[in-house]
Amino acid sequence: MSIQTSKIKLSAVEKHFTSARGERQVAVSPLDLEIQSGEFVCLVGPSGCGKTTLINLMAGFEQPSAGSVTIDGRPVSGPDPDHIMIFQDYGLYPWRTVLGNVLFGLQAKGIPAGEARDRALATLELVGLRHAIDKHPHELSGGMKQRVAIARALAVEPSVLFMDEPFAALDAFTRYHLQDELLRLWQETRPTVVFVTHDLDEAIALGQRIVLMAPNPGRIQRVLEVSLPHPRERTRDDFAFFRRELFTEFHLVHQMALQEAEYSI
Amino acid sequence: MQHNSSARSGNNTNTEPAPVRWLLVATAMLFLTLFLFVPLAAVFSEAFSKGWETYLAALREPDTWSAIKLTVLVAAISVPLNLVFGLVASWAIAKFAFPGKSLLLTLIDLPFSVSPVISGLIYVLLFGLQGWLGPWLQDHDLKIVFAAPGIILATIFVTFPFVARELIPLMESQGREEEEAALTLGASGLQTFFLVTLPNVKWGVLYGVILCNARAMGEFGAVSVVSGHIRGMTNTVPLQVEILYNEYNYAAAFAVASLLALLALVTLVVKSWVEFRMKRQEIQS
Ligand SMILES: Nc1ncnc2c1ncn2[C@@H]1O[C@H](COP(=O)(O)OP(=O)(O)O)[C@@H](O)[C@H]1O
Ligand SMILES: [Mg+2]
Repeated sequence: MSIQTSKIKLSAVEKHFTSARGERQVAVSPLDLEIQSGEFVCLVGPSGCGKTTLINLMAGFEQPSAGSVTIDGRPVSGPDPDHIMIFQDYGLYPWRTVLGNVLFGLQAKGIPAGEARDRALATLELVGLRHAIDKHPHELSGGMKQRVAIARALAVEPSVLFMDEPFAALDAFTRYHLQDELLRLWQETRPTVVFVTHDLDEAIALGQRIVLMAPNPGRIQRVLEVSLPHPRERTRDDFAFFRRELFTEFHLVHQMALQEAEYSI
Repeated sequence: MQHNSSARSGNNTNTEPAPVRWLLVATAMLFLTLFLFVPLAAVFSEAFSKGWETYLAALREPDTWSAIKLTVLVAAISVPLNLVFGLVASWAIAKFAFPGKSLLLTLIDLPFSVSPVISGLIYVLLFGLQGWLGPWLQDHDLKIVFAAPGIILATIFVTFPFVARELIPLMESQGREEEEAALTLGASGLQTFFLVTLPNVKWGVLYGVILCNARAMGEFGAVSVVSGHIRGMTNTVPLQVEILYNEYNYAAAFAVASLLALLALVTLVVKSWVEFRMKRQEIQS
């Protein structure tokens, strides 16, 4: 792990939006961030601090107002099947079966039918949905839907997975289960993962590094290295140590945000 | 959400006393019977009043037969064109911001707000002998008004809102995530349209096409103005009905009219089926 290459690089990245009333809003103020190849990074922060904007910039759904975003040294100019985004609402196609959904990216790539089918089935096996390939999304639970979305992404063999609060709509039990599943998949296939969440425990359970963000304007408050091996036992003392660390910092961020809100009223 | 609120308002009406409810239902039924079922039944009974033989003979009569063929031709050209136009226009309007967007929306509604007679007259004004392009067309030996091209143009104009109007709200309500997922998985813009956008609105497309077709085959006003009523040449089915009726040839008039009534019935059945499928898709997603 000594010669790590930088996979994703943000340099002085800024993003503004202009509201309907013509006011300029700074969603992301100039920030720098480097993510190593194969790394699992979590972005956390209160809502409105620019997490979605930042991940959209990396995934190519948005262009920076200033600064540059590069992946593998090349500027990101748009969505690319080598870096796939997974959404909170799954984005599955209700008229396609589970298998059909996983086949989608392979068909878009023009991979021959037989090979595409084999790859889709192998990925569905990986996420434990081999038995459900002929079901339609409306027949699945939320957790299963998200596993289909993950399988659909992994089938294309991306080198980066972007995930924007992917488990936020799931109940706690399913969420823990999928966190463990995701870690297992990450260890087996080793993509670079950028994972947005507002759940601090989720961030500590998953991330090798946690990027804590603060709002108004969106910026990086602190980067925390979580030096625990995976899988992490949520009840252990060292887990609690990082938890305390992050919660203290988060509390500060929250306090600042509240004070700023009071001033602006 | 909408379902919930409509269910709630439905419960509110249940608090009305039973006699009031029955009275309301009975009034609605009576109205439908008087203005829909009786005339429809009358058309079919008149059409068959002189038996099957006369009925079939009336349809086989050369002028009528050529009117049927012209109507099918007009629909076969104008419906696909409006389908393409509707898909393109609704996609552009729902997915992009561009200057002139609200103008385009207003223009799409124009045929609904303009009398069909005016719609026909526009084409006479443009392409007629005394019209703007008339002399040029005559020089090049092209005939548009009082010929099939004029009828097709007028029909396209009258029917172009149907598909577009049906699809715009559908495409606007479609989640961005499905399309973004397609883009992130490597689909091109065109692939996204055919693999994601289109399957999502397919029942809406069918719905719009059915209504568009019904109107294209049944249009009277605009077509009447541009047709010139040349027997066996530029008469469509609705125009043929009028001619036969004016000649007191009731059995034949009703026989031909029964085709249009049948078209209306088929349209209604397919429409209800499509509505049922659309509702089901809505529940599933
Ligand atoms: N398309 C947009 N237009 C205008 N403002 C936006 C847009 N997207 C995000 N914002 C603003 O940028 C800020 C950051 O939003 P977002 O990245 O969604 O935060 P988060 O995902 O952390 O909740 C918010 O104040 C939000 O209102
Ligand atoms: Mg967000």
